Parts: sequence; C-alpha cells; structure tokens
Amino acid sequence: MKEIKRFHEAASQLADTAARIRRTGRKIIGYPCSYAPEELIHAAGCHPMRLFSSGHGIVQAENHLQSYCCSVVRGILEDSLAGRLDFLDGTMFPHTCDSMQRLSDIWRMNGAYEFFADLALPAKLNTPNSAVYMESVLARCKADLETALKISITDADLAASIALFNRIRTHLSTIHDFYSRHPGQIRGSDMNALVKGAMIMDRDEAAALLADVAASLRHMPVPDTPVTRVVLSGSVCDIPDLFDAVEAAGGAVVGDDLCTGQRWFDGQVAEDQPPLTALANRYRERVICPSKHAGLTTRADHLISLVNKTRAHGVLFVMLKFCDPHAFDYPYLKECLDAKGIRSMALEMDEGYRNQGQFSTRIETFIHML
Amino acid sequence: MSDTPSPPPKIMAAKKMRDLMTTYYLEALSAAQNHRQVAWITSGGPVEPLVAMDIIPVYPENHGAMIGSAKMGEDLCAKAEDMGYSGDLCAYARSDIACAVVKGGPIGGLPKPDMLICCNNICGTVLKWYEIQARYFQVPLFIFDTPVCHTGYTPEIAAYVKTQVNEYIAFLEQVSGKKMDPARMNAVGKLSYEGQRLWQQVLNTTAHKPSPMSAFDAFFFLALIVTLRGTQIAVDFYKELIAELEQRIKDGIGVVPDETYRLLWDNLPVWHRLKWLSDRFSAHQACLVADTYTSAWCGALKYMDENNFLDSMAEAYTRIYLNIGVDEMAEEVLKMIRFYDIHGLVMHSNRSCKPYSFGQMDIMRIVREKTGIPVLMIEADMVDPRSFSESQIETRIDAFMEIVKHKAGRS
Repeated sequence: MKEIKRFHEAASQLADTAARIRRTGRKIIGYPCSYAPEELIHAAGCHPMRLFSSGHGIVQAENHLQSYCCSVVRGILEDSLAGRLDFLDGTMFPHTCDSMQRLSDIWRMNGAYEFFADLALPAKLNTPNSAVYMESVLARCKADLETALKISITDADLAASIALFNRIRTHLSTIHDFYSRHPGQIRGSDMNALVKGAMIMDRDEAAALLADVAASLRHMPVPDTPVTRVVLSGSVCDIPDLFDAVEAAGGAVVGDDLCTGQRWFDGQVAEDQPPLTALANRYRERVICPSKHAGLTTRADHLISLVNKTRAHGVLFVMLKFCDPHAFDYPYLKECLDAKGIRSMALEMDEGYRNQGQFSTRIETFIHML
Repeated sequence: MSDTPSPPPKIMAAKKMRDLMTTYYLEALSAAQNHRQVAWITSGGPVEPLVAMDIIPVYPENHGAMIGSAKMGEDLCAKAEDMGYSGDLCAYARSDIACAVVKGGPIGGLPKPDMLICCNNICGTVLKWYEIQARYFQVPLFIFDTPVCHTGYTPEIAAYVKTQVNEYIAFLEQVSGKKMDPARMNAVGKLSYEGQRLWQQVLNTTAHKPSPMSAFDAFFFLALIVTLRGTQIAVDFYKELIAELEQRIKDGIGVVPDETYRLLWDNLPVWHRLKWLSDRFSAHQACLVADTYTSAWCGALKYMDENNFLDSMAEAYTRIYLNIGVDEMAEEVLKMIRFYDIHGLVMHSNRSCKPYSFGQMDIMRIVREKTGIPVLMIEADMVDPRSFSESQIETRIDAFMEIVKHKAGRS
C-alpha cells in the first residue's frame, strides 16, 4: 500500500521529512516521550516530533551518560550531539523516569536549540490534587510556548489541534482494530511504521493518509490462515524485525502495551471540555506508563484485559535493558499472567537489539510453545 | 620514633550511636507487641508527621545500607534476581524486596509495616519499590509526590506539594485512627530543624585542618539524622558529637595521620568497601573530608521555617539535592570544594542510583573547568559487590592521587 510506504519513509528519511515540515513555516519541537502534549505544541503553530534513537553507535554521549543508561536515552543524546537533529527548533521533556529526568538536564546544559521546556508532570495521577496540578503544568507549558514564540494560543486553536489529533488516534485505532482482528491483512512492521510515522510526519498529512489506509482495509480480503496471537508489553519498541520474527514463526502481534503503540493512540481527548482540562484528563486517564502511579494493580488489570480482548495466546515482554520502571513491574505482571494461565516470555533488548538473529530463535521457540 | 604515625583515637560517640540505633531497631521490631504502628518511609521522606503521631518510622534504605555494610548484599540481590528482578535495578530495592520474603539480612528483616510512605524526591525507583511492598504486605501506600525542580520551584509545584501535606496528615489520621496534635507537630518540627542544623554543624567541623573526622565517619553518624530526625535523641546526640569533634580540633587530632590532601566524595557510599576505601586514601595522606550525600539531610534548611514547619516542609522536601537540576547540583559541589578547601573530587558512579549518577560527567567537566582540581570517577555499586573491581579501582586511586599530589605540590 503506497500510503504505508510514506510512513516508513517519514521515519527513515528523517532529515527530508523535517525539511519539508520546516518549509511550511512550522518550527519543530522534539520530545522523547508519549506524555508530551503534542496538541499544545501543534496549537502553537509548531510541529511536534517524537524523538527515537537512530541506533547509531554511541560516541559523544559517552561523555555525558554512563554505560548503564538505556539505549533510548543515550541514543537520543548521541543523535543530538552528532548533529543529526539539527533541524529541531526546540525540545520538550515531560517528566517520566530517572534517566529521562537527567537527560533533560544534560540536554539543557549542552543545549543547541532555541526552545527548551521541562514538563514537571505529576508521578501520581489518581488524586484530585494531581489533576489540578497536571492542568497547571500544561497551562505553564502553554504560557512558555506563547512567550518564546511571541504568540497567543486561543482555545479555538487548541480545540482545532485536539480535533486533528483525535482524528489521527481514531484512524490508528480503526486500523489497529482491523489488524488485530485479521492478522496478516497488514504486516506488524507496517502497523509499527504507521504509528511511528504518525508521531513524526506532518499531522494533517498523517490524518489524511491514515483515513485512506483505514478505507482501503475495509475492501481488502481477510486472510484466514490461523496464527498464534501475541501481545507485546514494554516501553519503546522500534524494531520492525521483531514483528517480522513473530510473523515468520507463525504468530502475529495483535495488541500492545507500549508507548510507541496503543498507550499513545488509544482513547480520545474530550472535545466538550475546556481544552486544557481535556488534555490534562487525557494524560491522566490514558493507559499508564510504569513511571506513573494510578493504583497498585492498574497495569496488570490492563494487560490481562488486553489479552482477553485480543484473544491473545501469550504475552511477549520487550524489556529495554536498564529500563527501571518496566523491570520493576515485570515480576508482578508475569505472576498475574501466570495466575490466569497466560504464558509469557521476556526478551531483553540492548543496544545491539537491531540484530534480528539475537532474538528470532527465542521468539520462534516461544510462539511454538503457545 | 616510629616512621608510621600512630592512629588517632577513635571518635567516642560512635559507641553511643551504635547503642541508640540498637535501641531504635529493638523498639521498631517489638512495635506490634507494644501496640504501636510502623510506617516504612523513604530516606528523603517527610518523617516529622509520623514522629508527631507516635508512629515508628522505619527506613528500608537505612536497612539497605546495613545490608551493604554487613556484606550481605550479594546474596539478597541474587535472591531478588531469582524472583525475576533485573540485576540492573537499585540494590537497595533488590535487597529489601528479597529480605521481606526471606527475612534475611543483619537483623532478620524489618518489622512488618502498617503503612508505606513514599516520597519520590530522591528517585522514581522508590515509587516502584513501594508499590511492590504495598502489594506484598497489603498495606496502604501514601505517595508524597515532589515534582523535579529542574530550574526552580515553580508556583505550580509549590501549590501541588502543599496540598499533599494536608493529604498526608489526613492519610495518617485515617490509618492510625488518631488525630494529629498541632502542638506536638510544632514541637517535632522544631526538633527536626534543630537536628538538621546540628548535623550541618557536625559536617562543618571537617573544614578544619586537619579534619577531626572524615566522610566515612559522616556516613556512619548520618544514621540518626535519617532515622531519628524530629526527636530529642538526635538533638542531644549531635550536641555531644559536636563537643567531641571540637575538642579534637582543639587538640589538633586529625582523623587521617599527617593529612595532606583533602578530597570530596560524590554519591552514596560503597557500603561494602568503606574500610578498604578509607585505608586506600589514608595511605596517600588523603582525607575524604566531605561528601554530597550526607549533606542532603540538612541542605534544604534554608527553605525551612522552624516556627512554621508544616508549611515550609513542602518546599524543603521538594528542593533537596537530588530533586534539582544537574547544573544546580554542580553549583553545590563547587561551594563544597571552596568551603572545605578540596584538592580532588572522587565520584562514585553508582550503578544502583541513576538520578545521582547520570549528570556526574557534566558535573565533572564543570568542576574541572571552574577549579582545575583532578576528578576521579570509579564505577561501583552501593550494596552489590559484584560490580566492584578491587584491583582496577586501586590502580585508579593510585594514579589519581599522583595527579592530586602533583597539582597540590605545584600550587
């Protein structure tokens, strides 16, 4: 499908993507985490762009971050120091984990871009006071953008951006729903590219293309080959080879609890509330990242319900090495899955994770075991 | 006359502190028999309301330090790994999680908590760790959420943390079934302030040359300001310690014989190698006179109002050393280098503590640029000895001390 190809290209030819966006007059604000208020950045007339590590070797970042820091944090810093992100006009760091917290400081202190903002988000999301605080952090972010860009963001601007991002989320959910119900209709690596591309490319273009993809899927034949259905759980999963390995073994990824997946696009921002309140509610109520707290069983409850909903046969934990929040949750999540008779396997990914050979055998064994 | 100087007399207060800590742990371990409640709390957490409500605070991190010092870290960490926890996670958390299950460690495990108080001003790790323990012990968890002050204490952060002081007290009243007595709270607040002021005074004594104690002593004497903050016991003890240290200063007693070089330590101690490290540096006439770690329990005094403790507590607990930006941390390090007249900085790159360790390399650069003093970075872990390479670290310390001597000799 030619539309899907555009999403692959948006990410693989990042500099070209950025150059095209800049020609439209939008400044590019990068961020490393799915808790960044993209709608706010967009409403400020800027382009929000999620940063992924390009996976180049670590050279300059060695002077700032020790080897026991995860490859996402080190990789993004390396990309910046090596000049691969020179198209950025600014960056925004929502507070999530300890490593991102320090990346923000190191980035600011060695800063090469015009705009910088920290979003000191609450870690606790399930109290009325944290809801008030969340909204006040977004209000400060809005004010920071307005001051830096000498603009004013109206409620109408914000409402329009919210509507656009809701369209993107709706289309992605529709496509994902097809993909989950009819594995094989599109490939897992394509689904992954649609999500990643939608975090990178011009959002009007993304919304239009995703609408086309969703429409095409309705007319595509439904494959009837039985597959082993797998749910992925982890943080960033930016490894097309992993989806290929699952499929090569006769499996399909039918759902995920990833920040580069359903955690990002599931759910909507309410359009009938004051925009900042609606955004604050969205970031409190969306599927939670383990660096945040909304209860003691929230993540396990969600994972089990996801497995049930997608009729998955098993869960594959994609653990980024040195990712503390996920590593702390893993034994508990596994125990909850075991108690329900749901099989799982943990796959630890390090900087060399792009080498398919390292994990394809293990994935194959796991899928065959299910 | 002997060539080797005789070792200085030991600090006498050490025995008293051991006794106080033993009493404290005995009281905590027998809490249930005495119908008293126990709260587990993070080391940087606001303990004063617990003290005011007669709830016994217990510190898993202090317990982690004891496990490390007792060289019991490896077994407990390995046990946690058997339970499915990655070996890359914080060793305090790993050893505590394992200890709760196997009742191991130097005191056979901590007393079972009635509640958990987690303040994330030191890291995000404690949030996950306390979630795990709240599920394991099935007790209520209160999260005192202190957003990171990367570039300052914003009005939004101030408002949010202040509302949580009230939530915290309401939580304690609910779990304990008792009302907080405001007069008692004020008294505890004053004692906490006084204890922290005295602790700062203890640390300040090492500005004297020769230094009457070292950072290794501070790591030991720290236990009281952590565990008994807000009590008369801590205040009385530190007064006594100060008197003894001042007497040592008067008598010209230095903790390192022939102290010639003064060093600053950064990050948590390597609990399982304190003596070894102390001996290595002493052999070079070098004294680690100060550290960035122990001063965390008095560094926020400037934000604290002893007459209005509860109101000022929000800011003081939010703006502690680890909850600020790396550039502000570097400023603190520079201040210490000037105050203690430091010849070299030793940084412990601690695999167990990411928020303390990431950013160290930038601090190292800033220190080199602004002061020109040599900086040594050693990679280790505060509790887990498996990441400690003794011969490599010894070689690096020797090489570092050569540079320190060379630079100090030239200046």
